[in-house]
Order: sequence, then C-alpha cells, then structure tokens
Amino acid sequence: MSEWVIELRNVSKAYAAHAVLRNVTLQVRAGEFLTLLGPSGCGKTTILRLLAGFEPADGGEILIGGQDMRTLPPEQRHVNTVFQSYALFPHLTVFENVAFGPRVKGVKGAALREQVMDTLRMVKLEDFVGRRPGQLSGGQQQRVAIARAVVNQPRVLLLDEPLSALDYKLRKAMQLELKQLQRRLGITFIFVTHDQEEALSMSDRVAVMNAGRIEQFGTPRQIYEAPENLFVARFVGEINNLLGRIVTAAPPRYDIRVHDRVINLKSPYVFGVGDRVNVLVRPEDVRIWREHEGSAEERAALFPAVVEAVVYKGSTVDLAIRLDSGDVLSTTQFFNEDDQALMNLDFREGERVFVDWVHDWETILPHEE
Amino acid sequence: MRRKEPFKLTAVGVIGFWLTAFALLPNLLLVVASLLERGGDEFVALILTLDNYRRLFDPLYLGVLLDSLWLAAATTLLCLLLGYPFAYLLTRMPARWRPLLLLLVIVPFWTSSLVRTYAMVILLQTNGWLNQLLLDLGWIAEPLELLYTESAVIAGMLYALLPFMILPLYAVLEKLDRRLIEAARDLGAGWITIFRRIILPLTLPGIVAGCLLTFLPGLGMFYVADLLGGARAMLVGNLIRDQFLSARDWPFGAAASVLLTVLMGFLLWAYYLSARRANRGALP
Repeated sequence: MSEWVIELRNVSKAYAAHAVLRNVTLQVRAGEFLTLLGPSGCGKTTILRLLAGFEPADGGEILIGGQDMRTLPPEQRHVNTVFQSYALFPHLTVFENVAFGPRVKGVKGAALREQVMDTLRMVKLEDFVGRRPGQLSGGQQQRVAIARAVVNQPRVLLLDEPLSALDYKLRKAMQLELKQLQRRLGITFIFVTHDQEEALSMSDRVAVMNAGRIEQFGTPRQIYEAPENLFVARFVGEINNLLGRIVTAAPPRYDIRVHDRVINLKSPYVFGVGDRVNVLVRPEDVRIWREHEGSAEERAALFPAVVEAVVYKGSTVDLAIRLDSGDVLSTTQFFNEDDQALMNLDFREGERVFVDWVHDWETILPHEE
Repeated sequence: MRRKEPFKLTAVGVIGFWLTAFALLPNLLLVVASLLERGGDEFVALILTLDNYRRLFDPLYLGVLLDSLWLAAATTLLCLLLGYPFAYLLTRMPARWRPLLLLLVIVPFWTSSLVRTYAMVILLQTNGWLNQLLLDLGWIAEPLELLYTESAVIAGMLYALLPFMILPLYAVLEKLDRRLIEAARDLGAGWITIFRRIILPLTLPGIVAGCLLTFLPGLGMFYVADLLGGARAMLVGNLIRDQFLSARDWPFGAAASVLLTVLMGFLLWAYYLSARRANRGALP
C-alpha cells in the first residue's frame, strides 16, 4: 500500500476536440482535505467525475487505494459524491434518501435505522426524517446531500462546489461544519470550488487549476505567499504586479530596478543581469507614508504617489494609489488600536503620499505577460 | 362590489357556455334518455325506468363489457411495454434528432385512423401482404388466419393508440434529471435498483397518463373491432353504436354510454389521486 489514497498519473480527458484535462498528476494522502481551485471550465469538476467513475479518462491512470479504477463502474467504487445541485431523490423522504446507499448494500431493519439516524443526527437533521427534499431549505438540502454520501463511510468524499448555492452567512457556517465533519470522520475530502477564500480557509492542500492543468499544488500558505506563477498569484487573492529588471545579480539577492528606484530583494529563482521580472506585492504588505512622515533620505527610497480612491471597509481601509510612474496599486490598511498615528487612516482622495512594501514579503517571478 | 373585469368575465362566460352546450347538456340528455323507455316513432317514451341499467347486467352484455375491458387492458399493457423503452431511447437521442423522431411518432395522426385501419385489413387478410411475405419466405405453408381474430383487433388498437402512450411517457422521461441516476449509481445501485426505485416512481405520472389515454379510447374504438374483428368481436363501443343506429333502442344505448362514462370518470379520479400523491414530494 502506498501512502496515497488517490493517485492520478498523467490523466488527460477531452470532449470532442476540446481538451479539459492535460496530463494531470495528483496525489492525495488519506484523511487529507484537498481542494481543487480554479475558474469555471478549468477541469476541476471533470477530475471529480473521473474519480467517481461517471466518465472514463482518455489517457493516464487513476488509482484509488492503490487499485486501478479503469474498469470499475461508479457503483463499485468506495467514493461518494456530494453533487453541486445536491441531486436528492425528490420522491423519497430525508430518511429514505440517506438510507438509499445502505439499503443497496443490504443493510436492513434496526441496523439500517441506527446507521441512518446516527448520520442524520451528525448533520442535525434528526427532526426532518419524514420531510421530502422539496420541503427543506437550501441549507437543509445540502446537509441531506452530505449525510446521504457519508452514511456509506466512503474512503473518499467528493464535493462538487457544494456550498455555491448557499447565501454568504450560511456558506461560512457550513465551511466550518464541513471542516469539523471531515476531522471527525477522518475521510479524505476532495473539494471543488472557484472561491479562493473557501479554498484557503478549509484545505490542508490546494491544487490551483487553469485550462486543464495544475498550476500549483501546495498548502494554502504556500499558494498565497509563494505563488509559482502569475496565474496563481492573480487568481488567489488580490495582488499588485510591478515590472522590474535585474540590475545586479548575487543569488539569492538581486538589485532590481522597479520604475526609477533600485531595490535589493531576495528570490529563490536564478536570474541574470538584464532579465525582466514581475515583482508581486499583496495589498496588505504595501506601506503608506504621508507627506509629513519620514526624512528626506528615507523618502528617496519610496515611490511618490497620489491617493485615487478610498474605500472604508470596517476593519480595514482599502486605497487605490496611483504611482507617479503611472501604475495603480491597491492597498489594504488595518486599523491599529495601539498606534495612535496609524489609527488615523483618514486619507483623502488626491492626497500626496509615498509608498513602499515590507521587503522580502514580495514574490519575484520571471517575466510573463 | 368589486370593479368588473371584462376579460375575465368574457373568458369565463365563453368557457362556461362551451362546456354547457357541448359537454353538460349532451350528457344530461344521455342520462335522461337512459332513464326512459324505448318508444316507437319518437325513439324514447316518457316513462321513467331503471330497466335499461338492469339489462346491462344481463350475462350477455356483461360479457361484452368484460371483453371490452380485457381488450382495452391488453392493448394498454402492450402499448406500455412497447412505448416505454421507445420513449426512453428517444430521450437518449442527440437533442437535435429528437424533434424529428417525435414528428415521426405523430405523422400517422395526419391520416384518419379509419383509413389506417383499412390499411391494416389489406396487410392482414388471407391473401394480404403479410401472409404473402411469409409464404414467399417459406416460413409458412399456407396462409394464416390473421384477420377477424382477437389478435388482429389488439394489433389494430395498438397501432392506433401507441402514440398516445409514447407522448406522455416521453414528456416525463425527458424531464427526468440524469443527475439523479448518477447519484444512485454513486450510492452503489445497479441498473435494476435504479429503474425500480428512481426511474419508475418518477415517471409514474406519465405511465398513468399514457395508460388512461390508451385505455379509455380503447374501450370505445368500435370501428377497429368492426373492421379487424368482424362479427366475432362485440365491444361496448359497437354495442352502443348498434343500439343507436341498428337496434334503435336509444335508452339502452344511452345507459351503456353512461356506464362507460362513469367507468372513465372513475379511472380519471384514480389518476387524479395518484398525481396528487406524486406531486406532494416533488421539488417546487
């Protein structure tokens, strides 16, 4: 037995002439919460359909628990799916929906009742056993869908954008519940979403997908703080992209010219003098200095700019700042109760400011358009 | 008083008039006629009696009724067995083919069913095309007696009524959410379980509707029995027609007609109950 509960090796899939998956390789540990994150049409749902067995792969291997899945129909796989639309059986009660899987396996009588009721209690639906799906709210239907899948004690639970139909507050609550459920059950979850915040807050690891490929596979922290390419950087969270050019190279440190300033920064990549690079800075890492702050020498290293827009968001103030060189940076400033000077975030539109960022918190990538 | 709503009043008025003139009055006349005695020149004599209904339960006529029920039921069952797989396959065809295929199901309606029944006679008669074909193929030595049998009547009714079964079945099968079948497979169900526990219950309203649409006309299709069954097949439809046109016993014909209407009404009520039960669980 390998350490992986699921392995995809060079899996590809095309519909007609349109490639949906191109040589996808992915390994999932037992008990892991893995999220497939990407824009719609990136192939994330296709991976779930291949794992569930609804469609065959065109090429490559799919292994679940070390066993080749090529010839195994969905009804014989130890995986269960929570569908995006829930796909609850409309003519059956909540109890019968959840009992469907165990009944197929021959569980009967008191054992069936116990198994189903235990699961329904877990998702807090024990008072709704006699209702039909049409008589439940969206959130309750969602729970039935989860109960119907986990009652079978699958090795792997596949969740296809299960929260996308719920409103914001309910979605937040369900995120937490799903995560707790996963810890309690110890089942491997493969969760598909296009919501990057959902992906970061719930997952052990995230695979960011684009156009049928996995762009980056890592922990939420790695994905957010060390994106491996521009797509990941832009898709996961907001980011400012500044063009730069290497002036002197002494790996891992480089002097990089960004607009008319030269800054000494660190990067794990190897660049040569004259190479063009993207310097990526998260909005919350941008620092703003007001006109009266700092000395003249200090200001020499900063970028002069003008506040273009101020958006008050409660816990933060978001600013759009136009550098004198033309680029617009978005920034997020947090209120700081301890620092009276910083407490004062009353920026005015049109105000002249100076900006830089916390050095070495940026990401430097080879230039791409 | 609320403000008058001219459109609403007109609509209700027209529908009311229509139903009264073409449904309620004729049926009332029929009920009244069925309670009168047979007359000489006037067709009915104004003497109230239940005798017509009593005569219906005469073994002779009861046999006719049971024969009719049996033939209509057999036709309905065959329509269902043929129509269900056909309708299912139709829904699995590529979407752009479906309207054309449905059209082909409907095309026979463009010809009068009487004409189509005559065509069946030509096919089935002793020196007809079907016998000729079987003889030419060497499968039979002498012509089979196909026409004027019960099977011929069932075949004729099947041919005339099959579209009425296919269309409502197609409607429910088309609406059937494929994701439910995927969900059932995902939960480990094989095809038999999926059919029995998911597809069948969800398409039940269509099955009942299709059965009603074939069974009810099947009870009254006298011309099919006349042309394909000859003198041997006497069905309720034929009985009613004969009472009105040949025997000139209007009250008895009316009584048979009322009985048939009551029977159909009862079946429609059963359908209404089953549809209401099915709807209770449906998603909004």
